[in-house]
Amino acid sequence: MVNTTESTDAQITDVQQTHLTARRHSPAEHLWAEFAKTASAEARVSLREIPFQVMVGIRVDPLSEGGRRIGAVTGGLPTACGQVTTGVAGMAVLWLGPDEFLLVAEEEALDGTLAAELVAALGDGAGQTVDLSSNRTTFELAGPSARAVLEKSCAADLHPRAFSTGVAIATVIGNVPVVLWKTDNETFRVFPRASFADYLGRWLLDGMREFTVAESTTWH
Amino acid sequence: MLLFPCPNCGPRNETEFHYGGQAHVAYPEHPAELTDREWAEYLFYRQNTKGLFAERWVHSAGCRKWFNMLRDTVSYDITAVYRIGQEPPALRTSQPTTGMGMSTTRQGTPEGVQL
Ligand SMILES: [Zn+2]
Repeated sequence: MVNTTESTDAQITDVQQTHLTARRHSPAEHLWAEFAKTASAEARVSLREIPFQVMVGIRVDPLSEGGRRIGAVTGGLPTACGQVTTGVAGMAVLWLGPDEFLLVAEEEALDGTLAAELVAALGDGAGQTVDLSSNRTTFELAGPSARAVLEKSCAADLHPRAFSTGVAIATVIGNVPVVLWKTDNETFRVFPRASFADYLGRWLLDGMREFTVAESTTWH
Repeated sequence: MLLFPCPNCGPRNETEFHYGGQAHVAYPEHPAELTDREWAEYLFYRQNTKGLFAERWVHSAGCRKWFNMLRDTVSYDITAVYRIGQEPPALRTSQPTTGMGMSTTRQGTPEGVQL
């Protein structure tokens, strides 16, 4: 009897979860039509939003016992500015500070137990792990001119000699505090907080115009 | 653009940082025994240095950590950055004067540093 009740509860929770997932909105979804226009084959740069990524804020001394236990779950913790460690199921941990990290993962790749696993791993160690999935959204800027678009309003040195593939930093783009992660030669992921997504999305679109708008003959 | 060398992140645009005032102002050992005047001086009185000055900065848009910096308030030359809790590095007394040639460095100790 008890088992039946439990499974019924679990089923109800599942149904509620599916219901909620279908109804949620990403912070920049009203810009998707504009973003899609940038994705033409001849465009030198394109922009898209990758909604609903799982993000977990981790505060821990990476050399402490708790830090080592968390590292065992995440595939290690980065130890210096710019570093990103990768783990199972596409999990990546970005360095934000000497004792502050951002875990990013695709929602589909996880079974929903990650946050609980991290809490258990930290145990009674000093620190915290907090689900921050709806704190930031993810933009992906890609193409041969992606760096040129960012350099218009990001003062960090993005030249490949200083900012190579795989590097992530916390910095500022167009007055918006972001985490910036170079995931490939010409691909950057930008993580603005949700309330800045509209502004930053439009800001990047504006910076992309010279590379995406087809030349109009009437201008000559 | 002025680049600040964050001890954690390396050179970054100054706009990523916020100022925290004079460094090395020690919290009074027995605050309850201070007169109102002494307490006010601890809270509000700071050096107004023209020249090399030890000050606190926080990398608010980056690693969010505080650090100390020796900066010339005339020329904006940054002589050193060092971590919170560390003493300012000893400066060579033969260090050339900067800015308008009015460096007020005394015996290698920047103003505002109580050693
Ligand atoms: Zn920093």
